[in-house]
Amino acid sequence: MTATLPLIPESPTLQPRGWLRLLSFSLDHKVIGLQYLICGFLFYLIGGALAGVIRTELASPISDFVSRETYNQVLTLHGTVMIFLWIVPVVNGAFGNYLIPFYVGARDMAFPRLNAVAFWMIPPAGLLLISSYFIGGSAQSGWTAYPPLSITTPAMGQVIWILSVLLLGGSSIFGAINFIATVLKLRRPGLKLMQLPMYCWAMLGTSILVVLSTPVLAGTLILLSFDIIAHTGFFNPGQGGNVVVYQHLFWFYSHPAVYIMVLPAFGLVSEILPVHARKPLFGYTTMVYSILAIVVLGLVVWAHHMFTSGTPPWMRLFFTIATSFIAVPTGIKFFNWLATLWGGKIALNSAMLFACGFILNFVFGGITGVALAQVPFDIHVHDTYFVVGHFHYIVYGGTVFVIFSSLYHWFPKFSGRMLNDRLGQLHFLLTFVGFNLCFAPQHWLGLMGMPRRVAEYDPQFTLMNQLSSVGALLMAISTIPLLINVIWSLMAGEEAGDNPWNALTPEWLTSSPPPVENWHGEAPLVHEPYGYGVPPGKLDLASTSGRDLWSGGER
Amino acid sequence: MTTTPGDPTMTTAASPETLAHGSAGLEEHGAGHPDHRMFGLATFLVADGMTFAGFFAAYLTFRAVNPLPAGAVYELELILPTINTALLILSSVTFHRAGKALRSSDRDACRLWLLVTGGLGAAFLAGQMVEYFNLPFGLTDNLFASTFYALTGFHGLHVTLGVICILVVWWQTRAAGRITSTNHFGLEAAELYWHFVDGIWVVLYGILYLL
Repeated sequence: MTATLPLIPESPTLQPRGWLRLLSFSLDHKVIGLQYLICGFLFYLIGGALAGVIRTELASPISDFVSRETYNQVLTLHGTVMIFLWIVPVVNGAFGNYLIPFYVGARDMAFPRLNAVAFWMIPPAGLLLISSYFIGGSAQSGWTAYPPLSITTPAMGQVIWILSVLLLGGSSIFGAINFIATVLKLRRPGLKLMQLPMYCWAMLGTSILVVLSTPVLAGTLILLSFDIIAHTGFFNPGQGGNVVVYQHLFWFYSHPAVYIMVLPAFGLVSEILPVHARKPLFGYTTMVYSILAIVVLGLVVWAHHMFTSGTPPWMRLFFTIATSFIAVPTGIKFFNWLATLWGGKIALNSAMLFACGFILNFVFGGITGVALAQVPFDIHVHDTYFVVGHFHYIVYGGTVFVIFSSLYHWFPKFSGRMLNDRLGQLHFLLTFVGFNLCFAPQHWLGLMGMPRRVAEYDPQFTLMNQLSSVGALLMAISTIPLLINVIWSLMAGEEAGDNPWNALTPEWLTSSPPPVENWHGEAPLVHEPYGYGVPPGKLDLASTSGRDLWSGGER
Repeated sequence: MTTTPGDPTMTTAASPETLAHGSAGLEEHGAGHPDHRMFGLATFLVADGMTFAGFFAAYLTFRAVNPLPAGAVYELELILPTINTALLILSSVTFHRAGKALRSSDRDACRLWLLVTGGLGAAFLAGQMVEYFNLPFGLTDNLFASTFYALTGFHGLHVTLGVICILVVWWQTRAAGRITSTNHFGLEAAELYWHFVDGIWVVLYGILYLL
């Protein structure tokens, strides 16, 4: 029996239309994805402004631009905003919600209402966090909130910080439950796991990490809030508590958090490279197993953040070895991307440029990561700018570059219009030069011993810091062409058509922007999402669609 | 069985009525697939279990490396918690009986077993309260006192939520209620959650009282 889904005629509903949808409690995964994207980008601008304050302060060795307390608040807010309100929501929430239902051939996520709840936890949490600055000062203990610092700094800002992070963690967990259920349970009949686009695997792995590790952070922060509010002594050595336990529990989440930020980027870049190189993704199977290996290893390497916290030798040995092992699956992915590009018909557009920028930056960040895993070296550079440089090469040079790449790649699908590629290339150039100028010198600063999280520094570090600040200025300027591009293209950009890149993944096999039900008819059954370079006759999309959807499933 | 909007078994020749439902389906166009709510709940319980795992790990580490300061009081008695453990395990059995009764369309028996389960849960909470009031230490007295209250308190919150869920399910299984012998997600979800809370208690009892 070939039953088609009932075509739903346009009829009056209570749901707003047009841009007002973006402010509504919409259950449509595409609207929610865009909500995540726009909300995340607004917080990116805030976090960027905070970074601007940091770099302006550090342009001179003395603390002359802001007071030391303000500097500590600013760096705490910068880290928290960028991680919990920009990267995690965008690279997971925005693209995950928009793309995953397409990729599995579904009309929506498994739990649409939970999905909307998860998104709408984010704006209040963000406002809560930012507002703490204006009502008596925000937290000053960095995004790690290590006790005893977090217990001894002013309590109100720290408690608001904890509340905000708890909300964001809850949002993250709800999102992850949705992704796991959607990828595992909502696949279109006939679509096998090993035929899914790579981003599905990345999101599955990421969501497993979220479900296993985020609750531990939540519990830890609840205990920390007890220490602050009720004066218990879990992490307060003055009351017989143990600070190192906090560090273990915190990093049990926060190391996987790095993979929560970067694994989805791996997935996105695996979607973008084949399209613009017109070649199948190299080594699909090894890519999948690499992701799973990173998930497993990512859960057992946390204590490499704590080599100077009095960890016993056996622990150092174990965590050094486990951390170094992560280089293997990551390296496999790196070479697979290179092999995907190798001999391809590369279109060097903005999406491709940012994706290549990602590969370059990420391999550098990866190498300094392996270096940091080695105990003798780590002890030397612990808590110096070397760590700051390494971290930003992973999350900015890695993930944020992929977010920009994805924006250029999927903007035509989101809006029906192309972004201007000239402006995009200018954006890339400014970002790439600015980014490297900003963060490469920090490695030297760290090796020379400049500590992180301090508003003042020894005058011998001035030149390097000023270079870094110039780079930050370039990065700030690079946002201007992006903003102009997005606003101008939304209004007057070139019409994109359904499939401007001639891509094969299912989100392109519908109109731009897609209808509420994703496809007007049946969901296409895409067995080969990367079937580029296959002779035209061999890949028959028309014959694979037209089967009845879900009708074989039990209710 | 009621037809959900967007049900694939509906044909294209839809009546005006189903079209009206269809527009409601616009808001919930994920409805045309099997029900995965139990899977979602199970995933959530894994996450919830990890919160407890973090607490347990913290407690065990404290036990291993942080000595009890001289003069600090941290003593637990065993009788009441053991009775409490028995109550909770028994309540898992009674909840199971309630589910079984509902599936064999025995509504009255189901509602009775639910009440018994809720009563056992409430008795557990009462026992916990009695224990709290009779302990020789307070929340901030020392590290182990704090950890004890945090762990049992967090679990107690779970039990409280569970008892509320049981009462809601009990209300919904009345003759005009939404839970029936064929549509019983609410009961199954509450049951899975209850078993989870009981399982956590058994581990907690072992670590906190017996170890």
